[in-house]
Amino acid sequence: MSTVNAPVPADPRMDARVSEETGTTTTPASPKRGGFGGSVWWRHALGILALMWALFPILFIYSAATNPSGTLNTASLWPSGFSTKNFTDLFNDSSRPFWTWYKNSMIISFVGALGAVFLGACAAFAFSRLRFKGRRGGMMFLLLTTFFPALLAIVATYIIFAAIGDVLPALGLNTVTGLILAYLGGALGANVWLLKGYFDTVPRELDEAAIVDGASHARIFFTMTLRLVMPILVTVFMLVFVGLYGEFMLASVFLTDVDNQTLGVGLYGMTLGNDANTLFGRFTAGALLGSIPVMLLYLAFQRQLVGGLTTGSVK
Amino acid sequence: MTKPIALAIKWVLIVATLAGILWIATRLAQAGNTMAVVIAGLVGMGILAVYATRRSVPLKYLVPGLLFMILFQLWPVLYTASLSTTNYGDGHLYSKQESVTDIIAQSVREVPDTPRYKMSVAIAEGGDPVTADLVLLLTKPDGSTYVGETTGLKPLPPAGVEKTSIGKITKAPGYTVLTAKQANARSKDLSAIAVPTSDGGGIKPVGLSEAFEGKATVTYDAAADKLTDAGTTPPTVYAPKDAKWVNVADATQSFPQGWKENIGLANYSRIFTDSTIRSGFLSIFIWNIAFAILSVLTTFLLGMLIALLFNDPRLRGKAIYRSLLILPYALPGFVTALVWKGMFNQDYGIINQTLNISVDWLGTPAGAKAAILITNLWLGFPYMFIVCTGALQSIPQDVREAATIDGANAFRTLRSIIMPLLLVAVGPLLLASFAFNFNNFGLIYLLTKGGPFNGADTSIGSSDLLITYAFRLAFSGSAPNYGFAAAVSVIIFLLVALMSIPGFRRTKALEEVN
Repeated sequence: MSTVNAPVPADPRMDARVSEETGTTTTPASPKRGGFGGSVWWRHALGILALMWALFPILFIYSAATNPSGTLNTASLWPSGFSTKNFTDLFNDSSRPFWTWYKNSMIISFVGALGAVFLGACAAFAFSRLRFKGRRGGMMFLLLTTFFPALLAIVATYIIFAAIGDVLPALGLNTVTGLILAYLGGALGANVWLLKGYFDTVPRELDEAAIVDGASHARIFFTMTLRLVMPILVTVFMLVFVGLYGEFMLASVFLTDVDNQTLGVGLYGMTLGNDANTLFGRFTAGALLGSIPVMLLYLAFQRQLVGGLTTGSVK
Repeated sequence: MTKPIALAIKWVLIVATLAGILWIATRLAQAGNTMAVVIAGLVGMGILAVYATRRSVPLKYLVPGLLFMILFQLWPVLYTASLSTTNYGDGHLYSKQESVTDIIAQSVREVPDTPRYKMSVAIAEGGDPVTADLVLLLTKPDGSTYVGETTGLKPLPPAGVEKTSIGKITKAPGYTVLTAKQANARSKDLSAIAVPTSDGGGIKPVGLSEAFEGKATVTYDAAADKLTDAGTTPPTVYAPKDAKWVNVADATQSFPQGWKENIGLANYSRIFTDSTIRSGFLSIFIWNIAFAILSVLTTFLLGMLIALLFNDPRLRGKAIYRSLLILPYALPGFVTALVWKGMFNQDYGIINQTLNISVDWLGTPAGAKAAILITNLWLGFPYMFIVCTGALQSIPQDVREAATIDGANAFRTLRSIIMPLLLVAVGPLLLASFAFNFNNFGLIYLLTKGGPFNGADTSIGSSDLLITYAFRLAFSGSAPNYGFAAAVSVIIFLLVALMSIPGFRRTKALEEVN
């Protein structure tokens, strides 16, 4: 949640800059400029050094995951042979239901992100399109709430959900639905700023034309505006999805049953105590599989995610 | 104007929501929570007023998000503040009246030659066998059946109740009888159960299928507000002190059951007056600030250097570099922290093995702090790289050309032209990064858990942030202290507020709301 709610307001100029940079548009080759010598080979050399620094832990995860012995003390930086033993061990470990964790993480991130986009889009529509008293104040208030991550109130959140669970067991602690509800509490905030900035770029003339044609506000919102702002909806969905997927604190407090846990909480449990050494291969196998969805999302939606991150949030 | 189908959808949704609220309200009413029933009713009426009428169009769009925000973000914040003035925590979970009832029921001793009850361990229907509150389904020797809870004993109507030949209940409407295995797994909870009866005695389980009714040795004198335990000779008298029942003759002896009460600002004054907590808190605070500043500085410097490195129009393959350099940032945070934890292992970790050193990274205060900073550098530099690249692109070429014409060398151009422009552009993001790292719970908790622990107070770790410290107070260990943890949280709130004032003031967005 915190990754979604970090405190910087949308700055459209930065957005433009970043999309310019991360876009596929090729900058026209400009004539040689004075300054740094005549060749670029040393830039490549240092660039490769930077790549080594960025990639060696990822190489290590791969090596450890495919390491036949599967323990921490035999794990090395370079792959020492290829084996799928760690993966099969991981899938066959009945006390650690990896696929259940995977499913829980997916459900929580997907439903949480969908809910956050819907709640945020509704609020952004009101702030962007409708005129009412307290509109400016409301936006300020949302900005202010992003300064205080919800994890600071975790003690109270825990006690509140324990009380909810006494009355409605399906929504209390140790349930996936309860955790999603807790996440939805932070659905507004930075997201609304990001969304409203985009909503504002849709010409109001379109709304006015629709009103003249007799469309109600609900019709304008659901059938017209939501379609026109689809790119930002996708961006916010991805941002929230990635944020919830990596969230650990609330998930670890909420989900105590091994069958209800998320990937983060489950994998964390594999690195504790005396088993950490022997389970390391299985853990890295799980970490590798668990990282794939988010890494693919990042690579596929690089432009939107990076643009959104630089304007809306910090990891 | 509205199409009939849309109108139908709208009313179906309104009715469904109201029905949901009504159902929740009935559950709340069953639990006896009047206040919550009233609130649920108000929410229901509010929803009806907003969506069933044509007025207040903006609210139609704001209510869903606001409802969640108020319930699960604002209310917890206010509740944290109110918790921070209580002693709520281990040994202080219930009201004073409940503590008296529980102590009396726990003191029950079996009277010789009294008949035993047949007992089944059960939970309310729909609950989780592992966590739900246990109830006892009891059969008296005369065949009458009862439900025993920690709140008291009530008759169980015979309709729908199924018993074995010896009278043990196997099925009762509204309850789920646990299997022997499930009940055995809860034996610790079971041994703590004592059902108070009207005559001052209580019913306690013996094993998994029998219970006895006995007499309490402890009695409560409401007028004098004292508990007397007649089980000892001479009888021991307990009087309330610091929200616990303390032996009048021997102050070190008290009942474990205390009660929750308002203690004003005692939690806060404890942070500043208790010398071990004060010095621990101070060292946590200093490290917290240092960690946030160093994290921003190191990630920004590395990210900026790499951005400068690639800021050459002649360089080919920038897109590939960028896609690969972003990967550390794309890994889920928990994976990063846990894998680095493995790599920092003193005996087996590849960092020590590759560099052929034997640094105890996670076992010494300095090593743990260095490990945290290195991990955060790896995790955070791609973000700064991307941000700086974007900012560098926006610096116009002619400014650089002008500097070159004026005779500035490359270093001078960087220092006097590029850096100031860059800092203006990324300044707010650096502040945001600081604010985020100030409460970077996941990294610290997964990497070191705040440890290593040594020194005067073992609850204070040498790489703790305030947030991990508060978390440990509330959720780790055998004696959670929610009130004190809430007080620490409130202090973090205040610190964040103080630190974000400059950031908030600088925000251009404030003027841009139109």
